[in-house]
Amino acid sequence: MAGHAGGTKGGSNSMDKSITLPPDEIFRNLENAKRFAIDIGGSLTKLAYYSTVQHKVAKVRSFDHSVKEAEGDPLYEISVQEEITARLHFIKFENAYIGTCLDFIKDHLVNTETKVIKATGGGAYKFKDLIEKKLKLKVDKEDEMTCLIKGCNFVLKNIPHEAFVYAKHADPEFRFQNTHPDIFPYLLINIGSGVSIVKVESEDKFERIGGSSIGGGTFWGLGALLTNTKRFDELLQLASRGQHSNVDMLVKDIYGGAYESLGLTGDLIASSFGKSATTDKQFSKEDMAKSLLHMISNDIGQLACLYARLHNLSRVYFGGFFIRGHPVTMHTITYSINFFTKGEVQALFLRHEGYLGAIGAFLKGAEEDNPNQYSWGENYAGSSGLMSVSPDINPMQRARSGTFDMLEMDRLERQLVNLPLLQDPSSYVPDTVDLTEDSHAREYWLYCFEDALDGVVKRAVASQPDMPEAVDRAEKFRQKYRHKLQTLRQQPFAYGSLTVRSLLDTREHCLNEFNFPDPYSKIKQRENDMALKYYQRVVRGLEELSWEQRQFALVRGLLAGNVFDWGAKAVSDVLESDPGFGFEQAKQQLQERPWLVDAYNQWIERLKGEPHKCALFFVDNSGIDIILGVFPFVRELLIRSTQVVLASNSGPALNDVTNSELQILTERIAGMDPVIQSAVREDRLTLVQSGSSSPCLDLSRLDKVLATVVRERRTDLVVIEGMGRAIHTNYYAALSCESLKLAVIKNSWLAERLGGKIFSVVFKYEVPPKGLDQHRH
Amino acid sequence: MKLISIKKPAFPWFGMDIGGTLVKLVYFEPKDITAEEEQEEVDNLKSIRRYLTSNVAYGKTGIRDVHLELRNLTLCGRTGNLHFIRFPTLAMHRFIQMGRDKNFSSLHTTLCATGGGAYKFESDFRTMADLELLKLDELDCLIHGLLYVDSVGFNGHPECYYFENPSDTQNCVKRPCSLDNPFPMLLVNIGSGVSILAVYSKDNYKRVTGTSLGGGTFLGLCCLLTGCETFEEALEMASKGDSTNVDKLVKDIYGGDYERFGLQGSAVASSFGHMMSKEKRESISKEDLARATLVTITNNIGSIARMCAVNEKIERVVFVGNFLRINTVSTKLLAYAMDFWSKGQLKALFLEHEGYFGAVGALLELLKPSEEA
Repeated sequence: MAGHAGGTKGGSNSMDKSITLPPDEIFRNLENAKRFAIDIGGSLTKLAYYSTVQHKVAKVRSFDHSVKEAEGDPLYEISVQEEITARLHFIKFENAYIGTCLDFIKDHLVNTETKVIKATGGGAYKFKDLIEKKLKLKVDKEDEMTCLIKGCNFVLKNIPHEAFVYAKHADPEFRFQNTHPDIFPYLLINIGSGVSIVKVESEDKFERIGGSSIGGGTFWGLGALLTNTKRFDELLQLASRGQHSNVDMLVKDIYGGAYESLGLTGDLIASSFGKSATTDKQFSKEDMAKSLLHMISNDIGQLACLYARLHNLSRVYFGGFFIRGHPVTMHTITYSINFFTKGEVQALFLRHEGYLGAIGAFLKGAEEDNPNQYSWGENYAGSSGLMSVSPDINPMQRARSGTFDMLEMDRLERQLVNLPLLQDPSSYVPDTVDLTEDSHAREYWLYCFEDALDGVVKRAVASQPDMPEAVDRAEKFRQKYRHKLQTLRQQPFAYGSLTVRSLLDTREHCLNEFNFPDPYSKIKQRENDMALKYYQRVVRGLEELSWEQRQFALVRGLLAGNVFDWGAKAVSDVLESDPGFGFEQAKQQLQERPWLVDAYNQWIERLKGEPHKCALFFVDNSGIDIILGVFPFVRELLIRSTQVVLASNSGPALNDVTNSELQILTERIAGMDPVIQSAVREDRLTLVQSGSSSPCLDLSRLDKVLATVVRERRTDLVVIEGMGRAIHTNYYAALSCESLKLAVIKNSWLAERLGGKIFSVVFKYEVPPKGLDQHRH
Repeated sequence: MKLISIKKPAFPWFGMDIGGTLVKLVYFEPKDITAEEEQEEVDNLKSIRRYLTSNVAYGKTGIRDVHLELRNLTLCGRTGNLHFIRFPTLAMHRFIQMGRDKNFSSLHTTLCATGGGAYKFESDFRTMADLELLKLDELDCLIHGLLYVDSVGFNGHPECYYFENPSDTQNCVKRPCSLDNPFPMLLVNIGSGVSILAVYSKDNYKRVTGTSLGGGTFLGLCCLLTGCETFEEALEMASKGDSTNVDKLVKDIYGGDYERFGLQGSAVASSFGHMMSKEKRESISKEDLARATLVTITNNIGSIARMCAVNEKIERVVFVGNFLRINTVSTKLLAYAMDFWSKGQLKALFLEHEGYFGAVGALLELLKPSEEA
C-alpha cells in the first residue's frame, strides 16, 4: 500500500533515511488531529492520534405538512450535509522512519491545541529529545504495562474477531474467536525481552503475577551469539528451516524409544542442547536456532500453564515482539500450551497486538474524553488488516521493511451492547457462513462482489448528479474496494473471519471514505413515495379478507415486499430494466407453498393463541418492503394488542430504510391510518435505531437504547426480515423468545446451496426450548 | 530368625543408573568375607572387586567419588562399603565390552539397571556381553534410593542439608539437617533434563512436570558458547564470570526498581538480553557467558519448581541430580530463589549424594526379598 525506501539493512535506527511514501495516504486527517500518543519499541514505532473526519451525510427532512403538497412532490427532502465524526488513527512503522515521520507530522499539524504527547515503550526514553524538538510537544511517559493492558481491554471489547487461535497446518490457519460479552478475567503473557505474566480482572485491576527472564531477548541475544545472525527476523527464518533433533537430546536418545510408563513420547525433548555438549561436532545455525526457539517457547508455555492453573484462568492471550504476527512463534507457543495443558487452555493471539501499547497510551491521555463510554468500530477502509507473514502465503511479506501498517477506529455515535434476548451471548455467531473456512463460498462471493462493482460505481455517480468530481471519487472508490477484494482473496483472514457481512460492510466503509454517504437516497425516496400511494388500498384489501386469509396475505405481502432489494443483483437487474415492477408482480415471483423453509402452519397456530406482549421487528428495505409489507403486518399485530418496536439502521446501507426515513414514513402513514396513529400516540408503536449502518445484523452490537426498550417492554417476539439480516446473518441465532426469520432468496447460487431455486422463501418460526428463562438480565 | 527365607543374591552387587549424559554405578564391597568365602570366590569376582576398590579413576573418563563412599554399611545381612562411580554415557559401549572381557556373565549375577539407558542399551548388553538387565523404573529407584541413603546417613552425619540465611550472601551457610519426616516433598531431579515429582510416601508419588532446560542444556550451551569440554571446566569458568554483563537487569531497562510491579532493579529482566547488542557481544568474556548460562538455567528450574510447589501445596523442595555436583553457585541460587520468591514459605533442601539415588535404588531392588528370587 505505501511506498517504501527499500531495505533497512544495517543500522536500523539511522535517521538519514528518506521515505518516498505518499504520506497523505498514511497520516490521514492530520490537520484536525489532537491528542497524540506514541509507543516506541525495539524496532517499530506505533503512533496514535485522535482526529475528526468530516463526512458527507445524507439527511432527510420532512416538508412542512400544513401546506398541501402538489401531486408528484416528493415526500421529504434529502440534503447532503457535512457531519463530523471522531476517528482514531494508528500507524506502525520502523523506527528508522521516526525522524521523517515526525517532520511530516509537524508540517501538517495545523490547528492543534495539544501540548503533550503520551509516550510508552522502551524507546520512548531514547527518542524523547527528538520528539520534543521536532514536534514541540512535551513527552509525557506512561507505564508500559498499564498501557498494554488498557489497549488490550479496548481491542477485546471493540473489535469483533480480535482474538484468534493459530493452527499452522489447518486451513484456515487462523481461527477467530467470538467477542465474549465479558472479557474478564484473562491472562496476558507479554513476551518482550523478558516475559511478564499479568492477570487482568477488570478495567482497572490487574496484577503482574509472575514472569521469566527467558524471553524474546534470550532468543535474540543467545541466538545472535550462537549463529552470528544479527536480526530477530533472520533468526526466526533460520529456526524455521532447522532440525532441533540434531541439537536436542530427545527421550528416544536416552530410552531408545518412548518412556512409556510416564507417557513421554520418544520425540519429546528431554534436554535442550543436550547433544551439543561435545567439541567433536559442528552444529548448523538453523538447527541451533530451531532448538533455541523450542527451548524458549516450551519454557514460556510451561510457565503460562502453571500460572493459568494456579489462578484458574482459561483465557490466555500472548503478545510482545516475540509473538507479533510471526507464524513460527505462534506455532511453537500453541504447541507448548497444548502439550502442557493437554488442550485445557488455548493460546490466543490478537490481530492488533502490536498496537496495544499505543492504544493504551492514547487512552491514558484521552481519559477526559471518556473514550470507554463509547463503542468503536474498526474501519475496514482505512485499516491494513492482518498480514500473513508465512512465506508460503505471502512471499513479499519478508521484505516488509518500509511498509506502514494502519488501523483506524471510528467512534460510534451509540454505545453498542448485546440484544438481551440472545440465548447465549458468549456462543452467538452472527454470520451464517464463515468464508475463511468455506473456500467455495468464498470464491463465489468474492466474484459476486467484484462483479457488482461496476453497478455500485455507476449508482454512486448517479446519486450525486450535481457534483462533477463524483466520477473521480467513484473511480477511487472502485480502486480501493477492488484492492480490498484482492487482498481478501489472498488473505481472507485480514479482518477476522471473512463473511458476506464483512464484504458488505467493507464496501460501505469504502463508499463513505470517498464521500458517497448514501448512493440510494434518491431511489429510496422515489420508492417510498410510490409505495405510500398504495398503502390505503393495500390495507383496505386486507380488511376484506377473512382472518385466515388475511394472515396468509400479510405474510405473503411481507415476503413480496422483501423482493425489492437493490442489494441483490438479480433484483437490481429487474428493477433497473423494469421500473414498473410492482407489488403484485413480486407476489407472482414468490415460491408457492410449501416453501423452502416453511413454518407457516405453526405460526398460524400460534396466532390463534394469546397475543404477544411486544414484538421487536428488524426492518429491511425502503419502499414497498417497509410500507406495503411491514406496516400492514405491524398493523395486524397492533390490533391484536401486541406492542411493536421497529428497529431500523442508524445510518444508510444500500436501500435499507434508515431510522430518520422511517420516522417520516411512520408520520405519513399515521396520517392516513388511525390504527397506526393511535399506536404511535399511545407509544404502542416505537421506533428505535439499531446502532448499525450495515445491511446485515450483529445482535451482539446493538444500540443500548434498543436493548433497554426491549427489556422494558418484555419483548417476546423478534421478527428479522431479509437476506442480509435473516440469512447471511442470524439464520442460526438462538433467541430466548419466539422468533420469525423470513426472507426471499434472491440469489440463485445461495438458493441452490440451501436446496432451492431463486425466489425461494424462508419462513422460519422458532420457539425457544421450554424452561428457558425468557427474561434474563 | 527369619520368617521368609531370603535368598541372598550372589556377588557382585551393583546398581546402575544409565542417564542421558552420565552413568551412575554403585558397588557394594563386602568387608565381612570369611576365609571360607574367600576361597570359594571365583577369580574374576575378586579381580573386579580389586579393580574397583583400588582405583579412583577408570579408563579416561570413569571416576570414583571417594568422598561419597558409605562405610560400614549393613546391607542384606552383609557389612561393607558402598562405592559411587560415574562415567559418561558415551562410554557405555566400552563399559559393556569390559563386561564381556572380564567374562561378567559367568558370575550369574543380576544386573539391575535403571534410567533410559537400561532400555536403550538392553540389547547391546545381551548381544555384546551376554548379560541380561533387570530394568527398573528410574523414578521408583530415585525415591527408594534417596529414602534409603537418608535413613542410613552419611557415615554418621546427616545426608541432607540446607542453607541458612539464603537471602544474605555474606551469612549464607550450609547446615546439615534431617529428613526424618520427609513427606510430602517436591523432588526436583536435575540431570540432563529435569523431572519434578510430588512424593507423598515411599510408593505414592506423581511426576508433576519436567523441563528440557536442565544440566544438559547448561553444558551444551556452554560448550557452544565458550568451547569448553567438560562440566568441571564450564563450572570453573562460571565461577569466575559475571552474568550481569550478559543479562539485562530490571534497572538496565527502568533505571532502577520497577515499582509498579514491585520488581527490584537487580532482578534479571531478560537472560542474555544484553547480547542483542552487537557491541556487547563483541566485548563479552567466556566466563561471563558461562556464568549467565548457569544462572539462567538455575533460575528457571527454581521458578518452575516454585510454581509446582505452590500448585501442589508442598513446602519442602528437595533438589537432587548431578547438575548440582560441585555446583554451589546453583545450590545457593536455588535456596535463595525458593526463600525469596515464596517470602520464606518454601524451603530448599539438598542431599550429599546428589545424582546417585537412582543407582542406589536399583541396587536395593536387587536385594529386595521377593518370592521369585
